[in-house]
Amino acid sequence: MHIEVDGHAVYCYTNSRAIDASKPSIVFIHGSGMDHTVWTLASRHFARHGNNVVSVDLPGHGRSDGPPLASVEAMAAWVIAVIDTLTIDQVALVGHSLGSLVALECAASQSDRVRAIVLVGTTSPMPVSDAILEAAKADDHAAFDMLTQWGFSKRHQFGGNRNSGIWMIGNTLRLYERSRPGVLFHDMRACNEYTNGTDQAAKITCPALLILGEEDRLTPVRGTRALQKAIPSPLVEVLPGAGHTIMVEAPNAMLDALHKVL
Amino acid sequence: MAAPDYPGLDTLALHAGSQPDPATGARATPIYQSASFCFPDSDYAASLFNIERAGHVYSRLSNPTNAVLEERIAALEGGVGAIATASGQAALHLAIVTLMGAGSHIVASAALYGGSHNLLSYTLPRFGIDTTFVDPRDPQAFANAIQDNTRLVFGETLGNPSLDVLNIPAIAEVAHQAGLPLMVDSTTTTPYLIKPFELGADIIQHSATKFLSGHGIVIGGLLVDSGQFDWDASGKFPTLSEPYKGFHNLIFTEEFGPAALIQRARKEGLRDFGACMSPTSAFHILQGIETLSVRMSRHVENTRTITAFLLEQDEVARVGYPELDGHPDRALAAELLPKGCGAVFSFDLKGGREAGIAFVDALSVFSHLANIGDAKSLVIHPASTTHHRMDTDALAAGGIGEGTIRLSIGLEDPKDLIADLKQGLRAARKAAGHS
Repeated sequence: MHIEVDGHAVYCYTNSRAIDASKPSIVFIHGSGMDHTVWTLASRHFARHGNNVVSVDLPGHGRSDGPPLASVEAMAAWVIAVIDTLTIDQVALVGHSLGSLVALECAASQSDRVRAIVLVGTTSPMPVSDAILEAAKADDHAAFDMLTQWGFSKRHQFGGNRNSGIWMIGNTLRLYERSRPGVLFHDMRACNEYTNGTDQAAKITCPALLILGEEDRLTPVRGTRALQKAIPSPLVEVLPGAGHTIMVEAPNAMLDALHKVL
Repeated sequence: MAAPDYPGLDTLALHAGSQPDPATGARATPIYQSASFCFPDSDYAASLFNIERAGHVYSRLSNPTNAVLEERIAALEGGVGAIATASGQAALHLAIVTLMGAGSHIVASAALYGGSHNLLSYTLPRFGIDTTFVDPRDPQAFANAIQDNTRLVFGETLGNPSLDVLNIPAIAEVAHQAGLPLMVDSTTTTPYLIKPFELGADIIQHSATKFLSGHGIVIGGLLVDSGQFDWDASGKFPTLSEPYKGFHNLIFTEEFGPAALIQRARKEGLRDFGACMSPTSAFHILQGIETLSVRMSRHVENTRTITAFLLEQDEVARVGYPELDGHPDRALAAELLPKGCGAVFSFDLKGGREAGIAFVDALSVFSHLANIGDAKSLVIHPASTTHHRMDTDALAAGGIGEGTIRLSIGLEDPKDLIADLKQGLRAARKAAGHS
């Protein structure tokens, strides 16, 4: 569905269902340069299981209008504005990569609105290499290439998709290629500049689950220690064989893990 | 920090889509010869049916062996996904019925494989889909033929039988300006010789029976989606951009983004028309693809040797291969097909129909049959076989003479092929009364 937030049209995938105030709500937040389609399997699943699902396209992404937002804090405020517009009181937030930082910030700054968070392919801080930043700033295709290749575990460079007939590398690359000029740079810079994630993580009061790819090369498991230490009693699921693009590389294992808090 | 390189074509041909078998550790892709797959519990079953999990239900819809082949060809072509079908014709049909319905129109090259021509000319009109055929060498002719109800532009990378080289960049531009996708049949070229998506094509169809499998042992087709065409922006494809009642009002562009076409083709066309590939066929095609580059380079090398030989023979009036002087697409071939123009070509004997028949009957290394793309060399005399219903004028309109011979050059020692061809040429000369 389309709604209006801050004067701009916003797209939210809801499995073609109206928001039902009697149901629990889950908001899915995609990562840098992506859109809501990365959550199709999971959002369909939780919609069938009696939830309102709201898989957003961040401003400037996918089917949402408006300029891309410059910071994780701004994106978190925007997510809260989205659920306000949908008159949703409390939500569980599921975010991937950049989206996980947005979920983290929401949970820290709006603890009364967030009942659980799931951080998929996450870490904090989330520094971005100069090479990626420079390429993204120049709208150079090399940025898409770097993120696509490093976004998958080494074993998945050759695919092996359990989702039949989809070349996982090619589909991810096409999603990046569909992003509007400058959008990926805004996202990457927001990741890079969000440096107080562990401070914010300490404020989290809701259940928190980290779903990590054992072979993640962009946000390696070993780099999540500070975040794991900062969040009070987090649940942690490390998925064997998966890299950073967990929704594609391990869709079923991720779905099973999500059920631990959703 | 430099961007890492993607795996190359040869590496993808061996590895793409496959992992060591999780059940047994088998390195080769196993043949999952099973009609259906058990569900661990009812909710898992429901989640598979409702596209919530990755997995397999029934082998008409998907199969683990086929899935490796599908991902492999999508990787080789640089697309987002693919579907393995019962034949190349099934892949063509699947693409068309996914994109359009009755009242639609196709603009196609006039230089097509006979089976494709039959489908478009005679069969699909019965179902309300008409085709206008145009000169494959004239992009403007494609533009002129586009109507309000046109939904697809279609051609072969190398047209049949004269090896017209499809100007993919120019024709893709024509199609895209009209909000239409360009589909190409790349059967004779394979991703070793040309990468149509990099040139602007949106959909690729293969008869995997030919060079992809490479050994003449299996029938199969592949439909590959580039993921580059914007179906929503075009506004001409409600099957992809509007709710589908056959799947709880799913909107494919909304839920699958760049993979909308290939997902709809699987969820509807493969499900309802049922032209799926056997897992054993998929296994055989995978074995063929593993050696694609090695075979294709040798096919081309042998073809160049044979065309050079034939050019020097008194009995031969014409050799039609785009790399040769006199072929109208020589410059375009050099640009689009620098690694070669495949291994199927035709040549004309001076002695007409009798010479052609005598030539074919005298060969022993070349196999006389109706196929191309085998490791073994193949020959056919179109006027007495594939095109026997046509009179001389109709043959000429199709670029075929009474003495035209079509060869598919295999991987034998070229000296043995030449010796065999000499036998045929002697017989042709005798039949033509020039002994």
